[in-house]
Amino acid sequence: MLFALLVSHFAAAALVPVATRRFGQRAAWLAVAPFAASAGWLLATAPRVVDGEPVRASLGWVSSLGIRLDLTLDATALLMALVVALAGTAILAYTTGYTAKPSRLAGRMAAFGGAMFGLVVSDNLFGLFVFWELTTVTSYALIAYDDHSPEARRAGLQALLVTAAGGLAMLAGFVLLGSEAGTYRISELVASPPGGTATAAAFGLILVGVLTKSAQFPFHGWLPSAMAAPTPASAFLHSATMVKAGIFLVLRLAPAGAGIAAWEGTLVAVGLATMVLGGWTALRETDLKRILAYGTVAQLGLLTTLAARGTTLAAAAALLLGHAAFKAALFMVVGIVDRSTGSRDVRVLHGLRSALPGAFAVAVAAGASMAGIPGTLGFVAKEAALDRLLEVDPATLWIVAAGSALTVAYTLRVIRVFTGPRYGGPVHPERWAMSGPALALGVTGVVLGLFTAPIAAITDAVAAVSGADPVALPAWPGWKPALGVSALTLALGAAVGFARIPARGGRRTADAGFDAAMAGLLATARRVTATLQNGSLPVYLVVILLTAVVVPGAALIGGLALPDGLVAGESWLQIALASAAAVAAAGVAAIRSRLGAVVMLGVVGYGMAGLFALQGAPDLALTQVLVETVMLVIFAIVLARLPERFAEPRRPAVGPMARLVVALSVGAFVTAGAFAAMAARTAEPISSAYLERSLPEADGRNVVNVILTDFRALDTFGEIAVVATAAIGIAGLVAGLRRRDS
Amino acid sequence: MPGRGSLILERAAALLVPPILVVSLYLLFAGHNAPGGGFAAGLTAGLAIALEYAAGGPHAIRRATRLAPTTLLGAGLVVAGLTGAAGWVFGGGFLDGGAATVDLPVLGEVKATSALLFDTGVYLVVAGMVGVALEALGTGEATE
Repeated sequence: MLFALLVSHFAAAALVPVATRRFGQRAAWLAVAPFAASAGWLLATAPRVVDGEPVRASLGWVSSLGIRLDLTLDATALLMALVVALAGTAILAYTTGYTAKPSRLAGRMAAFGGAMFGLVVSDNLFGLFVFWELTTVTSYALIAYDDHSPEARRAGLQALLVTAAGGLAMLAGFVLLGSEAGTYRISELVASPPGGTATAAAFGLILVGVLTKSAQFPFHGWLPSAMAAPTPASAFLHSATMVKAGIFLVLRLAPAGAGIAAWEGTLVAVGLATMVLGGWTALRETDLKRILAYGTVAQLGLLTTLAARGTTLAAAAALLLGHAAFKAALFMVVGIVDRSTGSRDVRVLHGLRSALPGAFAVAVAAGASMAGIPGTLGFVAKEAALDRLLEVDPATLWIVAAGSALTVAYTLRVIRVFTGPRYGGPVHPERWAMSGPALALGVTGVVLGLFTAPIAAITDAVAAVSGADPVALPAWPGWKPALGVSALTLALGAAVGFARIPARGGRRTADAGFDAAMAGLLATARRVTATLQNGSLPVYLVVILLTAVVVPGAALIGGLALPDGLVAGESWLQIALASAAAVAAAGVAAIRSRLGAVVMLGVVGYGMAGLFALQGAPDLALTQVLVETVMLVIFAIVLARLPERFAEPRRPAVGPMARLVVALSVGAFVTAGAFAAMAARTAEPISSAYLERSLPEADGRNVVNVILTDFRALDTFGEIAVVATAAIGIAGLVAGLRRRDS
Repeated sequence: MPGRGSLILERAAALLVPPILVVSLYLLFAGHNAPGGGFAAGLTAGLAIALEYAAGGPHAIRRATRLAPTTLLGAGLVVAGLTGAAGWVFGGGFLDGGAATVDLPVLGEVKATSALLFDTGVYLVVAGMVGVALEALGTGEATE
């Protein structure tokens, strides 16, 4: 079932464009289906998973390397999968009302949803990495959705480069962690976590992935830029799901990370810094979407801080659910306001409550949850966190309280779009296709804040899986000190929210930093290319060949031994063929006619084929003859367009003596290398095992072919992909040259 | 341009291309047990394409294959990929091989392996590559 659900997202993404051609834009509803189906199945399975019975599935991938596609739905995965499925259902339904042509957007969001679902249920580090990068790639297609806008393309590229670079660091960390633990299965890895310096280094690399994906300081700049995306995509990716991937990974690896002080400490410190910085910047923004984006940065900072420690991890899990519900709902509200008024500027908008009653209701419900007003899930989660922090870490508590006050303040700025004197400009009436799904999410956040049992069950299970302490999640905590802290943040936040804070639009330091880094990288690349690629083919060849001779050749010197049983030749025919090939090779270098050179090259190739045939390698000989023939034909075609004789430049880039030296040293190196390779054999050749296994295991008598199509089929698959890529490259190269000439 | 208007070459191509293609198919089918295989067979088919090209110029390739060479390339990758994915359906890993013996009328007992299907993918990719290269070098136009 896990596989079916995973595949259904991608299937929907592939089917939507086809169905659109036939049924029109209604086809966008097809993209809602996988999310709704996942939500239904997850809710039905939840009781079992919460009781500690994970659902598992497994599929061979590169079995010989131990890479399998293992899927596991445990409590942590359930938490995030529910967010993906429920928020996805609401947001995709909303998308159908957001634009007149929703099907392209909905299709791409379904593909992203599949990647996100895969990321969440992967029980293998490599699987997790692949889906992680798939979310990055699909998010590029969503942020740069408006491909005519340079700003959107820039934002897409920024998100892609920052998160993919983090992902690569994370991959290195995964490989290190997996080899240290002796397994790449996450469930086995966290059951018996490895220790030591290598593990700490691995976690350091994984940290980069976490911080970039979850938009933590100093990598947070891509998230506000990504607001160039269509609002449904922002609601889904940039509040509910993708940016939570980093937090999710912290939860996932919690038992293994628990023993590493630097991991915990960095996450807490970076999270707190991000929270305060994001909250303050949100207050100074004027665009509703960017206010919410910086608000998300701040909330992600809080989540990172809470997820880092076993004592507060369960509160992080509750807040993760709460944040997904209220922030996605608020983004949907902004989409409605934007569509109805054509503006997102808080300096312009006011008094929209009577014109947009549905959006107002959602804003109040979701805003209350974001600010942490009693009776909402946001309050319950934050109260649990404050209560626990008061116990274990009062210093952190006060920073979190300050951050929460900022949250209250920017929530007020969003709400004030609806209050005050009635808005004078034209307002299109809101569509229920949009406010309906938003209301569903907003109300969910309130209902779960009043009836906390289901959330408590999930967070308890997450705590159990992660080896963390459970937290109590009462709807009303009673008169406790933490409640006083909450009241203080509300009062302080309200005061800040009503105070006049000078707005500051324009570009941010993080963006400018990214742009400067990109410009520097490109300038360096241009300089390096100009130095290395001077346009002379002989120089390229000499550099390549000399590198090949000098680097491995240095290892040959001193350790050169002749293999046993060396003979000059086995038959006169062999010696004759080899001599003919050698003479022809010398001829290629000497001859001035192009056609003559090509024919001589053919003689070398056919001579080699003859040697292969004599040595009992008919497959090799056959292929060599065919390759040589195709080469001759292609040479003949090219020659028809070239002068008959080689041009002789007066001052060649590489003189004849230098060429001779390079050619002879390459020849000497290859010969010495062949001797050394034969003499160095210590193990039984792998070919004898292949010969024995060929017929019984792969039903083939031609062992060469069996190796290509069975034993090493994955290599062959990679090779034909290279062949296809090269062919497309040739076509593009020639077409490009042609265009330049004309 | 090579071969433009050479009657002898045109007649020779018409006579030789079908048997060359038959040989290439023989190499493909025999490959699992005798010298041959998808790569060699694809190159042989590529030679047939080259002969068409020599006789009739770059546009003769399209006329003869009725498919763009890039389509052959893509089809080959898809066939090989699907053969690999079939390994999952039969409960193995990606590209895990299998074999079945079927009784066909006239031909009698025939053994079919998944490796043959995979090799067909290799065959199409290699033949497609020769076609793409000839078209590109011959006309300078990328195959659309």
